[in-house]
Amino acid sequence: MNTMQRSGSGSLQSPRSPSSQAPFLSVSVTDPAKMGNGVQAYISYKVITKTNLPEYQGNEKIVIRRYSDFVWLHDRLFEKYKGIFIPPLPEKSTVEKFRFSAEFIEMRRQALDVFVNRIASHHELRQSDDLRIFLQADEQTMDRARFQETGIFKKKPADLIQIFKDVQSKVSDVVLGKEKPVEESTPEYEKMKNYIFELEDHLAEAQKHAYRLVKRHRELGESLSEFGKAVKLLGTCDDDALGKAFSELGEKAEIISIKLQKEAHHLLMNFEEPLKDYVRAVQSIKATIAERATAFKKQCELAETIKFKEIDLNKYRLTRSEKLAEAEREYEMLKAEGEETSRRFDTIVRLMNEEIVRFQEQKTSDMGLAFHEFAKGQARLSNGIADAWRSLLPKLEAHSS
Amino acid sequence: MMGYENQESHLYASKEEMESLVLDDDSPTGTAQPFSDPLSSSSSLPFAEIPTDQSQTPNSSFNSILEPPSYAEAIFRSFDADHSSPQLNGAHDHSIASPSSPPSSDDFLTITVSDPQKEQELSNSLVPGGTAYVTYLITTRTNLPEFDGTEFSVRRRFRDVVTLSDRLAESYRGFFIPLRPDKSVVESQVMQKQEFLEQRRAALEKYLRRLAAHPVIRRSEELRMFLEANGKLPLVRTTDVASRMLDGAVQLPKQIFGETAGGMVDANEVAQPAKGGRDLLRIFRELKQSVSNDWGGVKPPVVEEDKELVEKKQKLHDFEQQLSNVSQQAEALVKAQQDIGETMGQMGLAFVKLTKFETERAVYDSQRTRAADMKNVATASVKASRLYRELNAQTVKHLDKLHEYLGVMLAVNNAFSDRSSALLTVQTLLSELSSLNSRIEKLEAAASKIFGGDRSRIRKIEELKETHRVTEDAKSSAVREYERIKENNKNELERFEKERHDDFLGMLRGFIVNQAGYAEKMANVWKTVAEETSGYAKHGS
Repeated sequence: MNTMQRSGSGSLQSPRSPSSQAPFLSVSVTDPAKMGNGVQAYISYKVITKTNLPEYQGNEKIVIRRYSDFVWLHDRLFEKYKGIFIPPLPEKSTVEKFRFSAEFIEMRRQALDVFVNRIASHHELRQSDDLRIFLQADEQTMDRARFQETGIFKKKPADLIQIFKDVQSKVSDVVLGKEKPVEESTPEYEKMKNYIFELEDHLAEAQKHAYRLVKRHRELGESLSEFGKAVKLLGTCDDDALGKAFSELGEKAEIISIKLQKEAHHLLMNFEEPLKDYVRAVQSIKATIAERATAFKKQCELAETIKFKEIDLNKYRLTRSEKLAEAEREYEMLKAEGEETSRRFDTIVRLMNEEIVRFQEQKTSDMGLAFHEFAKGQARLSNGIADAWRSLLPKLEAHSS
Repeated sequence: MMGYENQESHLYASKEEMESLVLDDDSPTGTAQPFSDPLSSSSSLPFAEIPTDQSQTPNSSFNSILEPPSYAEAIFRSFDADHSSPQLNGAHDHSIASPSSPPSSDDFLTITVSDPQKEQELSNSLVPGGTAYVTYLITTRTNLPEFDGTEFSVRRRFRDVVTLSDRLAESYRGFFIPLRPDKSVVESQVMQKQEFLEQRRAALEKYLRRLAAHPVIRRSEELRMFLEANGKLPLVRTTDVASRMLDGAVQLPKQIFGETAGGMVDANEVAQPAKGGRDLLRIFRELKQSVSNDWGGVKPPVVEEDKELVEKKQKLHDFEQQLSNVSQQAEALVKAQQDIGETMGQMGLAFVKLTKFETERAVYDSQRTRAADMKNVATASVKASRLYRELNAQTVKHLDKLHEYLGVMLAVNNAFSDRSSALLTVQTLLSELSSLNSRIEKLEAAASKIFGGDRSRIRKIEELKETHRVTEDAKSSAVREYERIKENNKNELERFEKERHDDFLGMLRGFIVNQAGYAEKMANVWKTVAEETSGYAKHGS
């Protein structure tokens, strides 16, 4: 079973005894099962939590969750922990045909397992209430929570697009005389943003080819299998050594074809999927960048509003207007809000700086493992193929004599 | 011809992309020379043509990713050395001649076709200006005694090859004669295109070499004249159908009355299958015969008694069908091998770009580490991609034997057709004899009743008896011819079986050795990377 727990199993220390004081939180997503019928059919997963943390009820808890529950958790965390790169989710399936294919389900299960584990091993995220609800709540509570969230906190697509526009500093806005884009422009941050955007392009291309490579393995396997079958048939035309040689070749070709199919699957799960995961992680960072831009914009706008308010205040003071008191109250509120906004923004900046370091380190080890699996798989495949073909040679020599 | 011979272009990213990739390499690098792939016989690959810019800083050597040429060459040679089939007739790497065993391994007959030239046909009164045609230089080297020289050349056009092929078909009935290249009906514009000319030149060369490899045909007068006779080819072209129809119409009365020059039917004519217009009557008769054979009327005295042959033919037919199937699957296999190599290479390139990107923009050490890991994978992918390409080139060479034998099967079918038509001739003549006999009997019976003789009947009887004698001779000749063809079939079949056995075992061996060898090389490439990244395996779990 290829449960690749790439980011650790969430345990800070391996528990030496059940009553050990060392806190641990270990999660696994298993046992996908098809529920319901027809258009409304979906897959449910078992989420098993093992922990000794006091906030959690008991040592072990098993709940049933579906994909949209994971989406809920992701979105909640994204809302609450701005600045942190929330672990990415696997995509929604767009093609109906594959929604219930064994391979897709396994890939998704693996990705969801990694997702929850990353949250459970993140020093801040693991403390979230939402995670606790996700891991513990009964299905009814979960359904209710999920239902409540749709539409209220979700970002509308139009908002996102606007944010990205700001982030990418469209020159057109300036040219058209629209408001000057409010954007941080510290060189370091610029550099990081550019890096992230370009990185996504590079990664997407590599992942595209990696996916094709999986397909090619399958295709080679199929054509080798067909070739083997045809050669076996050719072997039946002769009773002599030649016929036997053909039959043996055909057999081997079919055996090797199976190896190729196996490797294709291994490649998909252990190399292409991590690459895809990497792409998703970068996209998650882009979302955080957008959040930061929003926070920055808000901070700037508030600062402007406060300035205007100050002007008004002074005006009122001078004219001893009765609006003064009201205005002073409003001013204080705005100031408080401004401080809060600034605080939030600073948090985001601080967190992002930590996160980027964590991200780079994590990706190095994630990809290192993926590369290792890739190379191991290819070596295993090639050795298997070489051995298989070589084993034919002694027989072939016998036939030739 | 298998369409997958020129599979090398369009495989890799543009040359510009490759050239713009520069990696800072801290480690001292080996030779970083540009190289041209020794394997590519036709197009030179963009992949290989990376010039080292002399002005580049010494440690930015992109070429450290690519191996020096000795690597590629070494691989190519080592596998081919294993393949122990004798390569006769100076066969080059890309056209393996069938390793037939000549009578004496010291004999050689080496043919090369080269230098297509456009020539002008001399204008005749009817057509103003001339029509253009192409001639090829046919160079022969030999020590066979039939030839006047040991090294000589002639110029021949495609039409001459058709003539040669037709004449051989007439003289060597029953033999498995290699098929000549197709006539390709194309416009004169296409005729002169370089690609077409090269294709045709290669096809002609293959054809002539196959003829030279055939133990009997290589010694034929027809081939000798084709290769050696200077000036116009002295082989008579089989006349066109129109004139033969004319001839045939004139011949008819003579055939009916049994009168020919000297009163004898030209035995040679009988030895030939009924052709075109000349033998209209004969064709009618043989057609009638074959119909009556099929309808199972009177069993003809000479039956195809060889049950074994019937079985053999069926087996060969089955073999041909399966062979065709294998040939198709082989093409698909080659395509799949090409595709995986291509994709592996493209992925490698993508990782190269990523590596360069990370290296340039690295802020953290973790990035530099990742870039180093990625570079290893990128290098390995590119190497593996090249190995797939080489593997495929070799696979094509070996599996081409399948396609070659599909052509041989056509020759076999022709040889069996020769036999069938010869048999049909015999049967037709036997029927004629039989009907002549009954007519003579009837007349004699009627004539004997008339006292003193019936002059006209007696004359008639004499005529019929004469016809009978002539037909009897023709029949004997036809039977001899049929037996001869049968003997040829038998010998050729033996030769074919042996060659098929050897050729295919050789093909299988070559294919297997090749696949195993390249798989091992790929395994080594990946083993290194797996070892280099083994540290991550421990961390992950």
